[in-house]
Amino acid sequence: MRVHGGPEAVESYIPILFFAAIAALFPVVMLVVMALFRQQAPNSTKLSPYECGVVSSTDAHDHRFSVRYYLIAVLFVVFDVETVFLFPWAVMYDKLLLFGLIEMAVFLYILVLGYVYVWKRGALSWA
Amino acid sequence: MSHTLLHNVLIPFIKGLVTVVAVGLAAGVLTWIERRLLGRLQIRKGPNRVGPQGFFQWIADTIKLIFKEDIVPSRAEKALHLLGPLLLFTPAVVVLGLVPWGPELTLFGVTTPLHAAADLNVGLLLILAVSTIGVYGIILSGWASNSKYPLLGGLRSAAQLISYEVPMGLAVVSAILMSGSLSMVEIIEAQRKAGVWFVFPGLIAFFLYFVSGVAETNRTPFDLPEAESELVGGFHTEYSGFRWAVFFMSEYGNMISISAVATTLFFGGWLRPFPNVAWLSFLDVIPAFFWFSGKVFLFLLVYIWFRATFPRYRFDQLMALGWKTLIPISLGNLALVAIAVLWGAAGLKVLGAVLVLLVAAGFFAVWRRPARPRSSTTMASSNVEVRA
Repeated sequence: MRVHGGPEAVESYIPILFFAAIAALFPVVMLVVMALFRQQAPNSTKLSPYECGVVSSTDAHDHRFSVRYYLIAVLFVVFDVETVFLFPWAVMYDKLLLFGLIEMAVFLYILVLGYVYVWKRGALSWA
Repeated sequence: MSHTLLHNVLIPFIKGLVTVVAVGLAAGVLTWIERRLLGRLQIRKGPNRVGPQGFFQWIADTIKLIFKEDIVPSRAEKALHLLGPLLLFTPAVVVLGLVPWGPELTLFGVTTPLHAAADLNVGLLLILAVSTIGVYGIILSGWASNSKYPLLGGLRSAAQLISYEVPMGLAVVSAILMSGSLSMVEIIEAQRKAGVWFVFPGLIAFFLYFVSGVAETNRTPFDLPEAESELVGGFHTEYSGFRWAVFFMSEYGNMISISAVATTLFFGGWLRPFPNVAWLSFLDVIPAFFWFSGKVFLFLLVYIWFRATFPRYRFDQLMALGWKTLIPISLGNLALVAIAVLWGAAGLKVLGAVLVLLVAAGFFAVWRRPARPRSSTTMASSNVEVRA
């Protein structure tokens, strides 16, 4: 039951939709059912954020975090887009053959230049 | 009942139910296997009191989790706090639905392929896309807890996951190059046609995929987000009771799906070893489904083995490994596989033979190297000596 394009291609996603619906509903239903069993006895200490016994003085959202996380996210986008380009290329490779190899070598060469630059600038080192 | 309704609604529902229940049960049984095995590997017994060989331990744990109080911190973003575990669990299960567990199954006169949907021609792409959604679950639950440890754990985890996504994607490209298709079923069929599992020509790719997979599932040695010595419980510090159990099931679900994809891409899926060798055909008495799940189970054992063997990475080492080691290796591997594919079927076999020989030579070199004098200062070796 393999389809290429056309309305059938869209239809082949419908089973996944229903499958995913079950996967999403299962934990929700379980949480609701399990709520019938358990006892709730909350108090203000229990509901405070866990900080190894110290009373939390500030909101966690007030704190700033390292800019490196943003940098990693930006680099990830660059490299992941590159990977996405490789997917259709790999599928068509048996038709592109030598042309495909050279073409992708040029593409990756440019990318590796950027990669080396980023490395030399120290964007990849965490410490 | 109309054909469309049966195949598009009812069967996916049943398959979905079977899969979620199977993931829940597998997570439970795997914890028992894991704890027993870790016990053996660390020269102790592991849980052995509840039931034969401690087998009912996981049931007792489940009952405990059900009756535990559900604590949501008062400062937390309530809706997002609930959404976090769900966003992690759903993709883990959906990926399992996209992997073919066997060729076809006929039950009550209805024939259906042994996976959730039609064999999509973008199956692998969809799997990668869906499995990435889990990052949102982790970062949302870390952020929504509004507590410092979960926030830091969530950030680290997100950084780790997206870093290892790149070598994983590049490793998967080698399997696509060798099979020329994104459809999971066609990748398996291509391995039948090639007469060789892709793990041989794709040895480096498989290594990269599995290492990234261990990192993606936050398992030892890459379990930084849960580094209890510095981050308490990481992104799920503020979760308890059944909400925590959902995280737990997702971790095991993700382990199973990484193993299942690795089996499909590199270990011939449901094919028996050497599917083209006629005299091995007696192996076909074992149904395809069991070949597949047997391979998946072996991978899960490797996960547990890793946990017993490797110490945890430091965070900067972890990022360096991902960005500075795995990415260059995966780019080089891509060039190697592309050239081999250009050469044709013989190219794949030559590449596979060369890689296997190199690995064998490496093992031989390590094996023949004279053992270093054992220092009695380290704890591990002194333990061994005490036993001897």
